[in-house]
Amino acid sequence: MTTPRPADTPAVPAAARPTEWPLWEVFVRSRRGLSHTHAGSLHAPDAAMALRNARDLYTRRSEGVSIWVVPSTQVTASSPDEKDAFFEPAGDKPYRHPTFYEIPDGVQHL
Amino acid sequence: MTTIAPEEPALEAVFDATVAADERIEPRDWMPDAYRSTLVRQIAQHAHSEIIGMQPEANWITRAPSLRRKAILMAKVQDEAGHGLYLYSAAETLGTSRDELLDKLHTGRQKYSSIFNYPTLTWADVGAIGWLVDGAAITNQVPLCRCSYGPYARAMVRICKEESFHQRQGYELLMALSRGTEAQHAMAQDAVNRWWWPSLMMFGPPDDESAHSAQSMAWKIKRHSNDELRQRFVDICVPQAEALGLTLPDPDLTWNEERGHFDFGPIDWAEFWDVLKGNGPCNEQRISRRRRAHEDGAWVREAAAAHAAKHGKADR
Repeated sequence: MTTPRPADTPAVPAAARPTEWPLWEVFVRSRRGLSHTHAGSLHAPDAAMALRNARDLYTRRSEGVSIWVVPSTQVTASSPDEKDAFFEPAGDKPYRHPTFYEIPDGVQHL
Repeated sequence: MTTIAPEEPALEAVFDATVAADERIEPRDWMPDAYRSTLVRQIAQHAHSEIIGMQPEANWITRAPSLRRKAILMAKVQDEAGHGLYLYSAAETLGTSRDELLDKLHTGRQKYSSIFNYPTLTWADVGAIGWLVDGAAITNQVPLCRCSYGPYARAMVRICKEESFHQRQGYELLMALSRGTEAQHAMAQDAVNRWWWPSLMMFGPPDDESAHSAQSMAWKIKRHSNDELRQRFVDICVPQAEALGLTLPDPDLTWNEERGHFDFGPIDWAEFWDVLKGNGPCNEQRISRRRRAHEDGAWVREAAAAHAAKHGKADR
């Protein structure tokens, strides 16, 4: 169901790139009241440098008030190959949506 | 261990349907090998252009005529570095690595835009680059925001938002010179004369000579042809030049009522191919400076990695 390689990381194994700094995924909260959103990724030797690089790379124009950095290898992703089977259970349950229900015209606040 | 060969025709059908429906292809989706290699080539070339493009402008940071102009130019050059990083990240989602990309740049196996092989001889060149070179780049890049490959399209959205400042600062700079003394006006005109034709070449060879265009359009990596975008750029620039009080160095530039576009003179494609082959005024300098900067930074990368390894162990 899941694979160790997260959504946006390269297929090249880390062992093939011994000198390269690890990859980090960057999430930015653009302002108070909003959740963190994936902004992109970057390379950095450690978490502290990843944060600093993320600030310089993704918030040069005050795009954020808070940043998370996560090692890309720590992201577990569903596999797109199994998309249909994995998300299928939600496919046949239209009654989970308010538009499924018929309410007579004129009834208000529903 | 043997792996079962994936059902390629079925996967290809899913890929084709996704592209046809104008949805985006994401990193772990199946994609044709040629689609992947085309994207790596294009995104890498684009990333390298941003990084090499820092050099001609950085040339003028220490000689900017005011603190305001210096701060603007530093912010712009910093943006170019950022754009390169967004694009390298997008390329890496296709299975290449940062080290591999840089290595291919440094050894000439991947290219960057030929425009950056021209020198910045005067301060006015900083303005001409912002107006014309970044203007041409924006014309090229806005349609890439709808490219079929998700990570590339997302990078382009960020880049296009930031490029607008680049173009406007260049235009403002040229405006100041054009309205200045006679010598300043002449300097602005000279810069426009030198950058106009190379800027038109940035859109690539004519459609009937462009090697990858047809397939890239079918894959929706590219949305408009080279000639179409070049025409759009010319049409945009003519009134802008007029407002600047400067002329474009093309005697054949005339409005064609019938076409609803400006006609323009022939482009010297021999020059384009020659610069592409490595014979431009600055090819050698750009790459050797880039290599040296990378080598000079090696100790920093190593020290940071050593620091991270030491503290990573201490934390455990």
